[in-house]
Amino acid sequence: MAVTILAVDDSASMRQMVSFTLKHAGYTVVEATDGVEALEYARSNTVNLVLTDVNMPRMDGITLVRELRQLDPYKFVPMLVLTTEAGQDKKMQGKQAGATGWLVKPFNPEKLLATIAKVL
Amino acid sequence: MTTDMKPTGSAQTASGTEQYLSFLLGGEEYGVDIQKVQEIKGWDTVTRVPYSPAYVLGVINLRGSIVPVIDLRLRFGLEKVPHDATTVIIVVHVPGDRGERTVGMVVDAVADVYDVAGANILPPPEALGSVEKVFVRGLANQDGKMLILIDVDGLVISSVGASRAAA
Amino acid sequence: MTLDLEMEEIIKVFFEESFEGLDAMESGLLTLDATADRETINTIFRAAHSIKGGAGTFGFMEIAEFTHSVETLLDEMRNGMRAVTPDAVQVLLQSVDVIREMTQSAQAKQPIVTVGADALSGELARILAQKGPVAAAPVASAAAPAAAIAAAPVVAKTTPQAPIVVALANISGWRIEFVPDLTLFKTCNDPLRIFAELAGLGRLEVTAHADRVPPLQSLDPTMCYLSWTVVLHAAVEHTRIIEIFDWVETVSRISYEPIYLDAKHLESAAVVARAAPASPARPATSPEPAAVPVASPAKAGSDAGSIRVATEKVDALINLVGELVITQSMLGRFAEKYDPEDLESLRRGLIQLARNTRELQESVMQIRMLPIGFSFNRFPRLVHDLSRKLGKKVELKLCGENTELDKTVLEKIGDPLVHLVRNALDHGMELPEKRVAAGKSETGTLELNAFHEGGSIIIEVKDDGAGLNKARILAKGRERGLVEPDEQLSDEQIYNLIFVAGFSTADTVSDVSGRGVGMDVVRRNINDLGGHVQIFSTEGVGSTIRIRLPLTLAILEGQVLRVGKEIYVASLVSIIETVQPTREHLSSVAGRSELFKHRDSYLPIIRLHDLFDIEPDSRDIAKGLLVVVESDGRRVSILVDELLAQQQVVIKSLETNFKHVPGLAGATIHGDGTVALILDIPGLISNFLERQSGRVELAA
Repeated sequence: MAVTILAVDDSASMRQMVSFTLKHAGYTVVEATDGVEALEYARSNTVNLVLTDVNMPRMDGITLVRELRQLDPYKFVPMLVLTTEAGQDKKMQGKQAGATGWLVKPFNPEKLLATIAKVL
Repeated sequence: MTTDMKPTGSAQTASGTEQYLSFLLGGEEYGVDIQKVQEIKGWDTVTRVPYSPAYVLGVINLRGSIVPVIDLRLRFGLEKVPHDATTVIIVVHVPGDRGERTVGMVVDAVADVYDVAGANILPPPEALGSVEKVFVRGLANQDGKMLILIDVDGLVISSVGASRAAA
Repeated sequence: MTLDLEMEEIIKVFFEESFEGLDAMESGLLTLDATADRETINTIFRAAHSIKGGAGTFGFMEIAEFTHSVETLLDEMRNGMRAVTPDAVQVLLQSVDVIREMTQSAQAKQPIVTVGADALSGELARILAQKGPVAAAPVASAAAPAAAIAAAPVVAKTTPQAPIVVALANISGWRIEFVPDLTLFKTCNDPLRIFAELAGLGRLEVTAHADRVPPLQSLDPTMCYLSWTVVLHAAVEHTRIIEIFDWVETVSRISYEPIYLDAKHLESAAVVARAAPASPARPATSPEPAAVPVASPAKAGSDAGSIRVATEKVDALINLVGELVITQSMLGRFAEKYDPEDLESLRRGLIQLARNTRELQESVMQIRMLPIGFSFNRFPRLVHDLSRKLGKKVELKLCGENTELDKTVLEKIGDPLVHLVRNALDHGMELPEKRVAAGKSETGTLELNAFHEGGSIIIEVKDDGAGLNKARILAKGRERGLVEPDEQLSDEQIYNLIFVAGFSTADTVSDVSGRGVGMDVVRRNINDLGGHVQIFSTEGVGSTIRIRLPLTLAILEGQVLRVGKEIYVASLVSIIETVQPTREHLSSVAGRSELFKHRDSYLPIIRLHDLFDIEPDSRDIAKGLLVVVESDGRRVSILVDELLAQQQVVIKSLETNFKHVPGLAGATIHGDGTVALILDIPGLISNFLERQSGRVELAA
C-alpha cells in the first residue's frame, strides 16, 4: 500500500521541490496550496503524513495542524511543520497545536527523506 | 551626402579572390558582391510611393515583404529606358541600423559571376563625381575589361536611407 | 539527467514566484505609507518569507541572508512591535529593488553582486537596533512576543536546554532522565523512535518507570504514563543527544548528565557555556566594484521573445481551429463527390470557411493583446519615489488598466509614458505650498487613463497642476525663431511647440526632466507606432496629454480607394462617410483652401492627387468622390476617384526595407499580389491643417 504524504505550501517552487523529492523516493504525494485546501482534502481523505509550511495565507500551518488534530482519522497521523525559524516560540506553538516535529528550512532532500523516515 | 567608404565584407575564396555578380548598365559592366545578392527576378508591378526621388520607382511585393526598387539607370544619371518583360531586378540585402534591409535594383541585364583577385582591384579614380564616389568600391581589371565594383551598402543607404523623409 | 532538468524547472518556478512576490511586496509597501493595515503587512511579510525560504533551499545564500534581515523587520511590524514609519518603508522599498536585482542575476546565472545588499543591511540593522516606536497595541511581555497566529497560552518552558560542554575524552556516556508529558502521544511522538536513534550512537540501557501508571479502569491508552532513565554508552557531544530529543523537548522534562570516567570529575561541574551561534560574517572590506555584466538580465519575468497568454484565449483558439477543421473536411467531402447541382453546398461551405478564418485571425490577434496595466504598474513606485524626491504631494490614479493593446505597442509606449509622467510631476505639479496658495488641495492628482475608442486605444496623462503657460511657450518659440514675431498661433499650435527637439521652458534643468530632449522623442515614438499625441491645458488648472494608438499593428479594417491609377487603403474607422459632392456644396476661400459644405460645417478638401503627385481621373471635384474622415476631433474630406472594396488588410511596414513616408501608415498586399499603400489619415489631417495655416511642419 502506497505511503501518502500531504504536502502543504503556498510557494509553488517549494511544493514542487518537496513533491519531486518524495515522489522519487517512492512516496505518493498530494499537494495543497494552503491550509484551507489541505483541510478540505483531509475531511474526506486520509494520509500517512502531513508536511506543512507555517506561513501561508488564509490558514497558516500551525492552525492547520490544530484543525487536523480535531479530525478523528488525523489524531495519530504524524505532522511536521516546515519552518525557517529555529526559534523556541515557534516550536512551542507547533507542539501546542499538536505537531509531531519540524524541519528547518532550508533543508536538502536527504534531510527531508531522513526526517520523514523517522516518523513513518 | 557622405557615407563611410568602409570596405564591406565580400566572399573571400581561399586564394584571396572575391566573387562578384556582374550586370550591364548603359554599356558599362558593374560588379556586386555575390554574398549580398539574394535573388534575381523579372519585372514586377511596382507601386509608386509619394515623395520619392525619381530613381526610387516604388515598392514591390516580394513573397510578402514590401521591398523598394531603385532604377539604377536613373540613379547613375543615365537615360531612362522603359521597363518590360526583359527587365531584370537584382534583389540585394544589406545591413541597416535596424537589421537587414532588402532592396531591388533595376539593371539592363545580368552578365556573369567573376572571381576577382584582390590584387587586381584598383581604387576608384579621383575623376569620379562625388555622387559616384559614394558607392564605387573600386575598379577591377578582369580578363581585359573593366569591371566597376559597387559598394552595395553605400548605394542602398544613399538611395533609400534616411528614415525621415524630407517633406 | 532528468533529475537536474526537473530541478531546473523547479528553480524557474522559484524565480517567477519570487518576482511576483517582490512585486506584491512593492505594491503592498506603497500602500503602507497611508495606512498600516495588518493584512497588508502580513502579505508583505509572507512574500519575503517565501523568498527567503526558497532562496535558501535552492542555494542562493546571498539572497536568503539579505532577505532574512528584511523579513525580521517586517516580522516586528506585523507583530506590532514596531510601528510603520515612512523611513522604514523607504528602506524596505529599496531592499525590494536589491533583492530583485540579486534574483535577476541569479536567474541569468551571473554572479550575485552584494554591494547594494550590504549597504542596505547596514540600514536595516540600524533600524532594528533602535527601539522602534511601538505600534498602538502594546505587547505584553518581551519574552513571548504575541504571535500573529492565535495560539494557546504558552507553557513556561521557553528556555531551551543549554548544551553541556565536556571533553569527550573524559566521559563514557550520558545518563538521561526522560519524563514526557502525559499528552506526548497526541503529537505522534514515539519514545521508541527516540531510543532507536539513540541506539545508533552507542549501547543503550533503558529503564522504564511506571510510577505514573494509574489503575486499569482509569487508564487512558492514548496517554503516556511511562518515563525512562536512559544510559547511553557513547562519548558524544551533548548537542547530538539534544538533537534527538528536539521534537519532544518542549513537551517533556529531560535532564542530562555526563558520565565521567573518573569520580573526581563529578565534582567539577562542566562549564556550561552557551554554544555561541555562528555569526554571519559580514565582509570586513566591501567587495571591489564587480564588473557589471554587460548584458543586463532580462526584465523580471518578461522575455521579449515570448508572451504569457490567458488560458481562455488559447482555449478559444483551439475551438476555432476545431471548427476550421470541420469546415475544411466538409469542403473536402464536397470536392470528392462533386455534384454540379450542389453548388449551394459549396457556397455555404466557403462562407463558413471565410467566417472560420476571420474568427481565427481575430482570436490570434487577441493573443498578442495584453492589458495596459502591465505598463501602468511601474508608476505607483515611480510616482512615489519621484514625488518624495521633488517634495511634492501627488496621488496617482490609474483607470482602465484592463484595456488591452498589442504587445509590441505596449512595449514601446512604456518609455514615452514614463517621460510624460516625469514631466507632469516635475513641471506640471506645483509644490504643496504653492497649491494651497492657489486655493488647490495640497495633494495633487495625476491620472493615467486608458480606454478604447473606435479602432484605437486612447491613453491620457492628466494632472491638476499648473497647466501650460502659453505666453511663455510662445515667447520661447519666438526666441528660438520657430515663430515669426507677428505670427498668431492657435492654442494647439502653441502647445505643439513643446514637441520640438530641445525646446524647454524650464528655468533650471533638473535631472528628472527639463533638458528638453524628451518630448520630441516621445512624439516620434508615438508617431512611429502609428499614433498621435495631443496636448490640452488650462493655465492654473492642469494639463491633459492624450495619446491615440492603433489597437493592433497588424490588421486594419480598410476601405480600398482609387486615385488615378493608384490604389490606397484608408482605415475604415476614420471614415465618417463618402459623398458625391454637388457644385452648390463647394466653395473656396481666398483662392487657397477649398471647402465642402457637409451637413452643418465646412470641411477642407484634401486633393490627394496633388499631395502624392498622381494623375487623377479628373481635377473637377464634382466629378470625384469626397471621403469625409475624422481624427482627434478634426474632420476633412479627401478627394478620390473611386471607392473599391472594403476588406481587412494586413499592415506591412514600409520602414523595414524602405523608410517612413509622411501621409502613409504602411503598405499591404492587395488581392492581385501588388502592393497597396495605406493612408495615415491622422497624419494627413495634421500635416494638411498645419500647412494650410501657413506653418511649416516642425517635426515629422
